[in-house]
Amino acid sequence: MARRRDLPLERDGTGRFLPWLIALMVYLACLALAGAIMLDEASGRWQSGLTGTMTAQIPAADSGKSDEHPATIAAVLDVLKNTPGIRDAQPLTTDSVIALIEPWLGKGNVASDLPIPVLIDIQLEENATFDTVALAIQLEQVAPGTRLDDHEIWITRMLRLSQTIGAVAMTIVILIGIAAAATVVFATRTGLAVHQGAIEVLHIIGARDTYIARQFQVRAMSLALRGGLLGLILATMTLALLAGIAGNLEGPLLPQLAVTPSLWGGLAALPLAAALIATLTARITVVRTLSRLP
Amino acid sequence: MLRFQNVGLRYGLGPEVLRDVNLHLAPGSFHFLTGPSGAGKSSLLKLMYLGLQPSRGNISMFNQDIATIDRAELPGLRRRVGVVFQNFRLLDHLSTLDNVALPLRIAGAKEGTVRDHVAELLSWVGLGNHLDVHPPTLSDGEKQRVAIARAVIGRPSLLLADEPTGSVDLEQGLRILHLFEQLNKIGTTVVIATHDRGLIKRFSHPVLKLERGKLKINRRAAPPASPASPENQPPENSGGQQDGPTS
Ligand SMILES: Nc1ncnc2c1ncn2[C@@H]1O[C@H](COP(=O)(O)OP(=O)(O)O)[C@@H](O)[C@H]1O
Ligand SMILES: [Mg+2]
Repeated sequence: MARRRDLPLERDGTGRFLPWLIALMVYLACLALAGAIMLDEASGRWQSGLTGTMTAQIPAADSGKSDEHPATIAAVLDVLKNTPGIRDAQPLTTDSVIALIEPWLGKGNVASDLPIPVLIDIQLEENATFDTVALAIQLEQVAPGTRLDDHEIWITRMLRLSQTIGAVAMTIVILIGIAAAATVVFATRTGLAVHQGAIEVLHIIGARDTYIARQFQVRAMSLALRGGLLGLILATMTLALLAGIAGNLEGPLLPQLAVTPSLWGGLAALPLAAALIATLTARITVVRTLSRLP
Repeated sequence: MLRFQNVGLRYGLGPEVLRDVNLHLAPGSFHFLTGPSGAGKSSLLKLMYLGLQPSRGNISMFNQDIATIDRAELPGLRRRVGVVFQNFRLLDHLSTLDNVALPLRIAGAKEGTVRDHVAELLSWVGLGNHLDVHPPTLSDGEKQRVAIARAVIGRPSLLLADEPTGSVDLEQGLRILHLFEQLNKIGTTVVIATHDRGLIKRFSHPVLKLERGKLKINRRAAPPASPASPENQPPENSGGQQDGPTS
């Protein structure tokens, strides 16, 4: 509609700084949003991976070789398998327990005589509810020192942490949106002042406020879109770099820097959101300013 | 067409620039507006083209009270008014053609017809070879004609011109006034502000005279070339209140 430019908006200074500011804001918003989305997905994985399971930990026998107290293990397995609500219980092999410890101690550093506890992976039936305390007491009787861990506390804390971080990230994104709107208000007011004479002429000739506003809208939208795309590209490059570095770590619980569709969708929405904010802000600013004209 | 009742105007907290202006422009009339520099001619025109709100009094235009009218309807009224500004106020980044096309495009005219229509008018005012030229490269006389073309392109019901002959020689000034007379003949109401008494004398149209913010109407039945200077002519009909002692 506004293919024609009645105002020489491309000649004022706003075109020089607005795209860069928007690029910076979209870049920061992208990183905050990416952090929030990845954390959300990771905590979802932790939750589904850990709920429905429990771990029983039988202390290492004095000799240090867990295989040497098979009777205790058998007794524990017996109790577990006879408890209603438990689908399966399997001891982890010494090798897999060592594999769990290794990242902390370093490969090959796990001494062969290190007292290694026996870990029993317990699979619960779906929606199983039973008395964890009673089961723990029962286990203590057959194998003193056995600890039962339902991951509840850990999961709760992790979830609370990731929710808090997520809320902080969303707040950051919203604050950036407000800052972007304020920037566009400033740029639009500058444009209104610079082109005051021409705007007055258009007004007297019979242009509606929305007609004049449309020119500013189109301009603000194109500048914001340009800046937003630049910010998105820079953010994608940064995330790819981080993913490359994090890929070397391979921790099972590290949030994976996988670029999932929802992450992509979220990031791609930011330049569009910037363009939308810019368009609406420019329109509102112009219409409000012009409404003071007779 | 246009009616002023006890209109007063002041800028900010300054003195009243216009006081107790009473005025009625009949449809199809042609008036000069004169008075010494600073008398308020431009201010009065500004009120007429709705570029200002009066400080007091009432203005009604096309039978609508502009104080009570919905603001959204004002652009519609403005589109029926053509204005030639004292300093042209052309948009320098637009070509001559786009400048003149502005009122049509703002009013939402079909783009297909706009170009031909504008080109026709511009060649009629002698600027047919300057369609794609930008105002800064035009002479003052040419700018004036572009400004006039922009004012009349939309066939306004009311044409207001502020010193439209200010920057052209007498011959060109007369041509411009004859153009206005032609528009007046096809029904346009015309008001021309000028301090050029010599020019006014060549025509017989009534004169609105502003002096220290007060308006007097001098309906001259006399033919042009009246030897008397306007000041010495007894006003045959005074608009509004009679002059009291001036402050
Ligand atoms: N925008 C303005 N702000 C304040 N004073 C103004 C403004 N425009 C005009 N005036 C004052 O109003 C008076 C009338 O000015 P103007 O209408 O331009 O007279 P004219 O066109 O007859 O020369 C002058 O005293 C001028 O200083
Ligand atoms: Mg003037």
